[in-house]
Amino acid sequence: MSEAKEEKIVFQRPKALCDVVTHYCPGCLHGVVHRVIAEVIDDLGIQEITVGIAPVGCSVLAYNYIATDFAEAAHGRALAMATGMKRVHPELVVFTYQGDGDLAAIGTNELIHAATRGENITTIFINNAIYGMTGGQMAPTTLPGQVTTSTPTGRDTKLAGFPIRVCELVSTLEGSAYIVRRSAYNPSEIRKLKAAIKTAFQVQMAGLGYSLVEVVSNCPTNWGMTPLESLKWLQENMLAYYPLGDYKVKDSVKELMAKK
Amino acid sequence: MAKVLMKGNEAIAEAAIRAGCEAYFGYPITPQTEVLEYMSARMPALGRAFVQAESELGAVNMLYGAACTGARAMTTTSSPGFSLMQEGLSYIACSEVPAVVVNIMRGGPGLGNIQPAQGDYFQMTKGGGHGDYSPIVLAPSTVQETVDLVILAFDLADKYRQPVYVIADGMIGQMMEPVELPELKPPQRPERPWALTGAKGRPRNIITSLQLDPPTLEKVNLRLQETYKRIRENEQRHEEYMTDDADLLVVAYGTAARIVKTAIAKARRDGLKAGLFRPITVNPYPYDTLRKAAEKAKRLLVVELSAGQMLEDVRLAVMDKRPIHFFGKMGGVVPMPEDVVDAMKKALAEA
Repeated sequence: MSEAKEEKIVFQRPKALCDVVTHYCPGCLHGVVHRVIAEVIDDLGIQEITVGIAPVGCSVLAYNYIATDFAEAAHGRALAMATGMKRVHPELVVFTYQGDGDLAAIGTNELIHAATRGENITTIFINNAIYGMTGGQMAPTTLPGQVTTSTPTGRDTKLAGFPIRVCELVSTLEGSAYIVRRSAYNPSEIRKLKAAIKTAFQVQMAGLGYSLVEVVSNCPTNWGMTPLESLKWLQENMLAYYPLGDYKVKDSVKELMAKK
Repeated sequence: MAKVLMKGNEAIAEAAIRAGCEAYFGYPITPQTEVLEYMSARMPALGRAFVQAESELGAVNMLYGAACTGARAMTTTSSPGFSLMQEGLSYIACSEVPAVVVNIMRGGPGLGNIQPAQGDYFQMTKGGGHGDYSPIVLAPSTVQETVDLVILAFDLADKYRQPVYVIADGMIGQMMEPVELPELKPPQRPERPWALTGAKGRPRNIITSLQLDPPTLEKVNLRLQETYKRIRENEQRHEEYMTDDADLLVVAYGTAARIVKTAIAKARRDGLKAGLFRPITVNPYPYDTLRKAAEKAKRLLVVELSAGQMLEDVRLAVMDKRPIHFFGKMGGVVPMPEDVVDAMKKALAEA
């Protein structure tokens, strides 16, 4: 038998990710996104200066999983809360983690105004086109024709209107600095997501304005699919309405990225 | 320090600044808007946080966020805005973070009008938002007392880690009176081990009002009730005016109490022995002291700028021991002292 050699660690749990079992359903991408955020926090060395704000929705317990100071907001109010924190403590890195109902329905007002004020806050926006926690009702981002428990014959745009494209909307606001849409349905997309979240935090730390990373995500449970089917459905249906890409990258952000 | 002549709303703003308020968030609504305007100039000049929010929902949740970091923070509003804030205030109470809210009440319900009224007593003193919480509510009747109580509100909020409200109205907000203010000092932030300031050299902090496990949420509620018990035991405040020989004990707070004081002087000239019991904390309500004061009088008269909201607390204090009469004006109508004297005479005539 050969002598034991010290090995190089190539993969491990990020320090900023708690060593606990999550409550998320099998195949849900929340866990992946949490991990990516934790990796970015580790990479930037900001665990001790970061404050997260959890939403109301499936990720209401995000504070049990991401190991920084954390607050739990009222439904839709995370960005107002984040504003209050950041204005008193500009040295902190403040991020909100919000789903589509939280950010784009009940919290639209807070979103639009935090963005237009150019608050130095980062939002990670999980868009899975459904209200997960309450059991699968129509979300502001539910696709036309998509069946949910409150659109039992499919979303009829005559009755329920059209889905909101958050990145397109928020990118029109002068205070927004870095607004991009990514996904997490395969390793390549996850790597792109991580790069975007890192940039968003750096934009905040450089004081360049509001940053938002939308993650086109899934909900196997309420979509009524296996995890793999849900990832296929996401690519075939969600991406046509929510194209991945950069919607707003201010010149100041481009300069920052060129330096890094 | 010399006295200065100040408008109520501006005095509220300056009092908060002197109390070390580090962050102010507000939304324009008459008759409170001068607080926002005053803060918009003063707070940035002092290097403190000021945001004109997109709504009262925004303002109260900015307050919540700032409070979570341990900063002394305040918002001010008027009745319809206070209704909107109730959601956030319930979260603040459950999260046990200190926060100060001033409500310059106006006529209601609905959009109502912008004249002085006291129709928010129920929604301010009885919780108002969802769940079992019981905010401290301070009721000033002069501009000087408003200054003093705004400063006290910050101290009590810190002491009990609960939201503290100042209940005033358009009359107090808009009138000018001489006031004395404490010196301006840089904000002092005491040790707040619970605050969200980044987990440096300590375990991380989580501030949440969510407890999915019923026995755990019950424990939170029991702790809150323990806090409210301590507040009831230590923080009741009231004023008695000419009550020693009073046949008629008039109970009123805030602007109504000012009018009653003038009415008492007039009534006494007519030989009517009236006195005033004025609660300064309308929550916790001084039930026991009012009960004792009522025992000395023959009957009581409650005067409010409402349909009779505090009246219910007076009944709880006095029970059936003395007859209780009521005189109220609604819709922003402010009674003249003569109207109150008439009500006093009527109450005694019914004996």
